[in-house]
Amino acid sequence: MGNQPLLQLKNLRTSFRIQDDYFAAVDDVSLTVNENEVVAIVGESGCGKSALALSIMGLHQEGRTKLEGNVNFNGRNLLSLSTGEMNKVRGKDIGMIFQDPLTALNPLMTCGKQIEESMTYHTSFTGGEKKERALELLKSVGIPNPGRTYKQYPHELSGGMRQRVVIAVAIACNPSIVIADEPTTALDVTIQAQIMDLLKELQKKNETGIILITHDLGVVAEMADRVAVMYAGEIVELADVHTLFENPLHPYTRSLLNSIPSTTDEKERLHVIQGVVPSLKNLPRKGCRFKNRIEWMDDHEHEENPVLREVEPDHFVRCTCYKNFHFPEEK
Amino acid sequence: MLKFILRRILIMIPQLIILSVLIFALAKAMPGDALTGQLASSPKMDAQTLHELKQKLGMLDPPYVQYFRWLKGLLHGDMGMSIIHQTPVTQLLAGRMENTILLSAAVLILSYLIAIPLGIVSGRWTDSWADKMVVGYNYITFATPLFIFALLMLFIFGFVLGWFPTSGSVDIRVENGTFSYFMSKVNHLILPAFSGAIISTTVTIQYLRTEIIDTKIKDFVKTARAKGVSESNVYTRHILRNSFLPIAAFLGYDIVSLIGGSVFLESIYGYPGIGQLFITSIAQRDFSVVTALVMISGLATLVGTLLSDIILSAVDPRIRIE
Ligand SMILES: Nc1ncnc2c1ncn2[C@@H]1O[C@H](COP(=O)(O)OP(=O)(O)OP(=O)(O)O)[C@@H](O)[C@H]1O
Ligand code: SF4
Ligand SMILES: [Mg+2]
Repeated sequence: MGNQPLLQLKNLRTSFRIQDDYFAAVDDVSLTVNENEVVAIVGESGCGKSALALSIMGLHQEGRTKLEGNVNFNGRNLLSLSTGEMNKVRGKDIGMIFQDPLTALNPLMTCGKQIEESMTYHTSFTGGEKKERALELLKSVGIPNPGRTYKQYPHELSGGMRQRVVIAVAIACNPSIVIADEPTTALDVTIQAQIMDLLKELQKKNETGIILITHDLGVVAEMADRVAVMYAGEIVELADVHTLFENPLHPYTRSLLNSIPSTTDEKERLHVIQGVVPSLKNLPRKGCRFKNRIEWMDDHEHEENPVLREVEPDHFVRCTCYKNFHFPEEK
Repeated sequence: MLKFILRRILIMIPQLIILSVLIFALAKAMPGDALTGQLASSPKMDAQTLHELKQKLGMLDPPYVQYFRWLKGLLHGDMGMSIIHQTPVTQLLAGRMENTILLSAAVLILSYLIAIPLGIVSGRWTDSWADKMVVGYNYITFATPLFIFALLMLFIFGFVLGWFPTSGSVDIRVENGTFSYFMSKVNHLILPAFSGAIISTTVTIQYLRTEIIDTKIKDFVKTARAKGVSESNVYTRHILRNSFLPIAAFLGYDIVSLIGGSVFLESIYGYPGIGQLFITSIAQRDFSVVTALVMISGLATLVGTLLSDIILSAVDPRIRIE
């Protein structure tokens, strides 16, 4: 278990073309994922988590998306690779698990063939070897009857089973890093826990680095080593999981933690910031992006343009005046 | 699967019986008959002989007797006599059926040969200049009625340029079975087939284009790319296979509607097929021919629907027919 950096994002900015202008959905994100480390990315809907994941994979629509900054992996900047070169990385070094298992698999291909497909591109396996590996993978993701599922089409499986197949597809070539974009949101609560356990188990066994995108802070507490909290395209707080839960500093993080349903304390539950993430076009690009959601902060207590600052070792916060911040009831 | 097909064929029987009753009733309800039309033109025909002739041909029997006689004949493969042509209907249809099937097949194949590449190009490279040209082409073919287009083609390539024959299905001077007979058939086929094909590309192109545009942003396409599948295989193995589904589903119907649609083509190009025969037979009140043709096209529609279902279940694993 090394602390070798595996994937390094440096000032990554992803902008989408809307009409004739580009708007950044991921803005100046710097983040490192080390070997065998689980980094969680949390944040509300629309804050740019999927956009970030697709940027790393190079899966955004060309011509409508502008990517700036660096995604360093194995000594190369993935953003500078051609599609052909990127195809050698995708599926082999980086695997991706998508949110919705109902739509993530090709309805016209058997599960077995879909798992084997990446081996066709990244290994020199013969047909027999591919099948053997596919069956082994199906078994390792907890499919009860691999031989049968190998021949089945996605529609013949339940959502949970399909997500297991999606996971098998992602890890088929033993990638050193897996990006899981809300892998359980589309599933039943009971199945969610099973899938998370499976991911955790596979991560331990294969020593993969994982970028885990989720809304679910319970999952974060259970799985993650480090956590990046995103708001409106920016990382607003970054810390290891214990620090984040023990000593959250950014008002947004504190609000998120207070919104965990398991919090029984009524008073605590009130400390949730109302409102939603503004749309890309309406995002305030100057000053603190969070400002208009905490109206009870006095203007003079603010500094403009907070940067992500290390407030204690390995704990970064993008808020210059968090010390002055209190929920209304705390005053 | 076999059980399903068998059951569908069994269901066809009552459908065909109902169809036969309807057709027979409609044919009888049509004003006039083949013989009366000849009364005025033929001096040998007076009211007395006409009546005797009708009696002899059974045209004065009660309708249900006539119906069952007709039905019994049908079951024995006997579709009656054409009063106008004075030949059995089956014999009359044989050669024409072959021509129509030949023409329809040519239209279908040509139409797909043109439409599929155009649809793929315009769906894959949306908003490119190639796509814009295909969309423009589609507007034109959509707005142009078949009979006008066919007349125009006939006029330009048949009469003005004289590149192709302007009527018939084969040169009568060549001997059946020789190579030049075959070439003459092809030569007579080109113009009507192209006219029909070009006008019928519209739907296929439109479907394919929309379908590709919808499919290429689907999640499973992202999954395929995330596996490192090469761009060309993302299209062939994932996007196109899914985009072809509705077209495959329509294939069965297409075959049938083309046989019906050949009415215009055959009339304009003087191509001796069943479409042309149908039009002339209606005009001449040649009931046995009309009823036989409607019956055949009814059967073809049922078979086409079944064919479509079978094709769809063969290409789409989500559709299981039991
Ligand atoms: N292709 C695109 N073109 C234009 N805008 C986009 C595109 N993809 C995403 N966006 C916008 O970028 C912002 C971030 O979207 P993203 O999908 O990354 O959010 P998310 O954090 O993954 O949310 P969720 O939790 O709902 O999945 C949103 O405002 C979204 O509307
Ligand atoms: S900088 Fe000010 S407005 Fe922004 S999050 Fe911190 S306290 Fe809130
Ligand atoms: Mg998302």
